[in-house]
Amino acid sequence: MLPKAEFVHWWFATGFLIIGLLLLAEAVVGEAVWRRRPWRVYLWPSFLFLMGVLMWPVMVFYTNSTIHMLAHGSWAQAMMLAGAAELGVARGKLHSPYWSLATAGAFLVSAAAILLHEQNGWLYARSAFLHHAIGWTFLIGAAIPLARAFRPGSVVVRTGLALVFVVTAVFLFSDRDTAPIFGHLSPLAGPQHR
Amino acid sequence: MESHFATEAVAQLRRRSLRAAAVNLIGPLTMLGGVTWAFLQPDRLTILHPQGQGFWWLLSEPPLYVILVGLGFALVLAPALLEDLEEAEDAPQG
Repeated sequence: MLPKAEFVHWWFATGFLIIGLLLLAEAVVGEAVWRRRPWRVYLWPSFLFLMGVLMWPVMVFYTNSTIHMLAHGSWAQAMMLAGAAELGVARGKLHSPYWSLATAGAFLVSAAAILLHEQNGWLYARSAFLHHAIGWTFLIGAAIPLARAFRPGSVVVRTGLALVFVVTAVFLFSDRDTAPIFGHLSPLAGPQHR
Repeated sequence: MESHFATEAVAQLRRRSLRAAAVNLIGPLTMLGGVTWAFLQPDRLTILHPQGQGFWWLLSEPPLYVILVGLGFALVLAPALLEDLEEAEDAPQG
């Protein structure tokens, strides 16, 4: 039996939280200190790439609708591309700071996918609200990796990038399959559980 | 002159201690977030009432995930990071 969608959201929330904390720590200590141990440089890009890989089983097994399948598939590709680009930069194979545009692109693809595949309004149910909130967070948050391409050393930009991941983790942890949001739950959403 | 060096050394120490404190706090604050969540919503921890729960419900313990992430950060990442931070700031500027 497949795990419920909310479980999968919580697992991905854990991944986003890990990436967020790693980026936050990197922003606090600075790039020079962060790069003192080679393994540390690979940590967050590897997690991003791994989450992209793990999105493929989600695409295969959670085929609620064609648009869900397309959304999950596009996330998988976008996260793998961003993770691979960041791994290339970490390894030193890629030098240009403009590779951060791959992450900005992944944010935009993710935002579009999550907003387009949520067809209910904000207050339909908690999951609908969170889909909208995450979509807009990524849409606005895409400005941060974009800024990182031009100001790679900026502490504000690095901290901002970390916070986008942490906020997304909080949203995903808050997700329930059928639960009210600010007291609203559409009768069409089905009975609330637990 | 000596006083100038002393002032700079104190300022550097303060900067370092701030950054070190921030690194030291990330893990515990994350764990505190998870513990607070567990107290606020104990029903999110099926391990506290496991009777009749299926495998996925027993595996999915979101507040515990948050605590574990904070613990992992504090035990695995933070010590080496603090060591490197100290070394980098003690190294002569060149």
